[in-house]
Amino acid sequence: MRHLKKYLPLAVMALMVTAVQLLTSYTGTAYYLTQLTITAYYGLLITGLCLLMGYAGQLSLGHTGFFAIGGYVSAALTTHDLTACRNDFFITLLNHAHLLISRHDIYGEPLITVKAWPACLAAIAAALLIAFIIGIPVLKLKGHYLAMATMGFGIIIFRIVMASTYFGEADGISDVPAFTLLPGLTVSGDFSYRTQNYYIAWGLILTGMFLLINLIDSRPGRALRAIHGSPEAAEAVGINTARYKLLTFVISAAFAAVAGVFLTHFNGGIGPSEASIMKSVRYVAIIAIGGMASLWGALSMGVILNFLSLRGVFGSYDDAVFGAILVLVMLFAPNGILRLPIWRKLNFRHRDG
Amino acid sequence: MLRIKNLSAGYGRLKVLRNISLHVNQGEIVTLIGANGAGKTTLLSTVCGLLRATNGEIYLQGRDISRQRPERIVASGCSLVPEGRQVFAAMSVRDNLLLGAFVRYRAAKNKRRSMDLKPVYQLFPVLKEREAQMAGTLSGGEQQMLAMGRALMAQPALIMMDEPSTGLAPMIVKNIFSIIRQLKDKGNTVLLIEQNARAALRIADRGYVMENGKIIVQGPAADLLANQDVQRAYLGQNVDNK
Repeated sequence: MRHLKKYLPLAVMALMVTAVQLLTSYTGTAYYLTQLTITAYYGLLITGLCLLMGYAGQLSLGHTGFFAIGGYVSAALTTHDLTACRNDFFITLLNHAHLLISRHDIYGEPLITVKAWPACLAAIAAALLIAFIIGIPVLKLKGHYLAMATMGFGIIIFRIVMASTYFGEADGISDVPAFTLLPGLTVSGDFSYRTQNYYIAWGLILTGMFLLINLIDSRPGRALRAIHGSPEAAEAVGINTARYKLLTFVISAAFAAVAGVFLTHFNGGIGPSEASIMKSVRYVAIIAIGGMASLWGALSMGVILNFLSLRGVFGSYDDAVFGAILVLVMLFAPNGILRLPIWRKLNFRHRDG
Repeated sequence: MLRIKNLSAGYGRLKVLRNISLHVNQGEIVTLIGANGAGKTTLLSTVCGLLRATNGEIYLQGRDISRQRPERIVASGCSLVPEGRQVFAAMSVRDNLLLGAFVRYRAAKNKRRSMDLKPVYQLFPVLKEREAQMAGTLSGGEQQMLAMGRALMAQPALIMMDEPSTGLAPMIVKNIFSIIRQLKDKGNTVLLIEQNARAALRIADRGYVMENGKIIVQGPAADLLANQDVQRAYLGQNVDNK
């Protein structure tokens, strides 16, 4: 019974994902799948951040930073030509480890780059390492001091990618190759891979939700909620609050980095707008709308709002709309719109993650 | 059980505790009384490891715990019922209690957990009734019981309570103190910090009086109740000195 309640939403979600795909192919609107794929990757970042913000109670305005580290490192490693320095000791070593691939660029010039798999793993490892290093000092801060420190981190990452030629400055990195996960399973924005990528993205987020739901329902999950409730009392019952906060921070950074890697290979490139601070504000707004400590709320709101935003419904007022939504939610639905009394009147029961 | 030797501690350059020595024997209720700012809470925080001692030693069951991290200290048998209760408001009563047993479970088995809740529910039947309720919706007295139950879940050798009577109605305070007495009768050891000196001294075996970070008087609780200086300073009685 308990397991049923826990996993039923996951099953429903899997069914809905399949139903949407069938519906779009039936009605000839398969182009929606591209935006839904991108939406799913943002959703992955949002659910990871929801664990940190909603459950452990630590605000982060720097998660685009981890997304950008994942995306940019993977993009740079798979596009930068190593032909010129191919006789260097380190490069030869990589070559002998079969981590390099030589191919031809769009002009037919030979190109030697890192393979997608090692590049992806290196990108995620880089994000984890940086999350670990900055998490130790930053998580000692509380409330808006923590928000400002993480925002500072986000700005630094944004400025680094804007300033360094290695990361393409304001142009970003383009021509990022497809990423073959397994034979026959390729992350690519190519038209023929569209349905496949839709399922890769949503399969990834289902896996992510499965992990998060189980984490929240476990001993460490209880510890996180306790830290949110009262850090002093959490210490007094014997929870190493610093360690658990850091662990959550690193896990949520991992979610962001994975999302960054996949979305970059799917889009075939990444630009500095993916690292901008407004994106972080948007993610925080979405989690607030979803009800803070509600994974399903954050995910559903993320999917709806990001999808509308990607379809261009908000036009040039995109950021303004998210800002306005944040203000309205704080005023009229501080517990998220899924917990408004109107739902109870309609006799509609929603479940928490 | 607990033995504190020449302990000094403070916040930054501010020294709060100066050369405190005290001990608590197995099965005793020892109370520490004193005015606001005397250093009572600082002393408990230092014993718990929330604050680093600058000098001195703290022995719990013969082992030096003065340089250990809080979770190690809880695991070695010393639980704190913090000031102002500090229950986890947004979590259920049951989850609050299970968190109390946090250090005892690495890989938890559900069955064993529920068995562990029984003694606490026996002591506080009201918590059983409110098992699924959010802790924040409990009354002050119930929250205090929950905070005590949570500390007991760690099966501590020593329970330290920081002002359990704060903000409670006199009737409830009476109830809480009779429960502390029951804890002793069941073989628990309690270090009780109180501003409500009279109530604390009535149930305690021994007492210490703190002032400006120092212990100024100590002795059996009955003696302290009768001590004229203590009466004048902490029990609000006018004593005629002829």
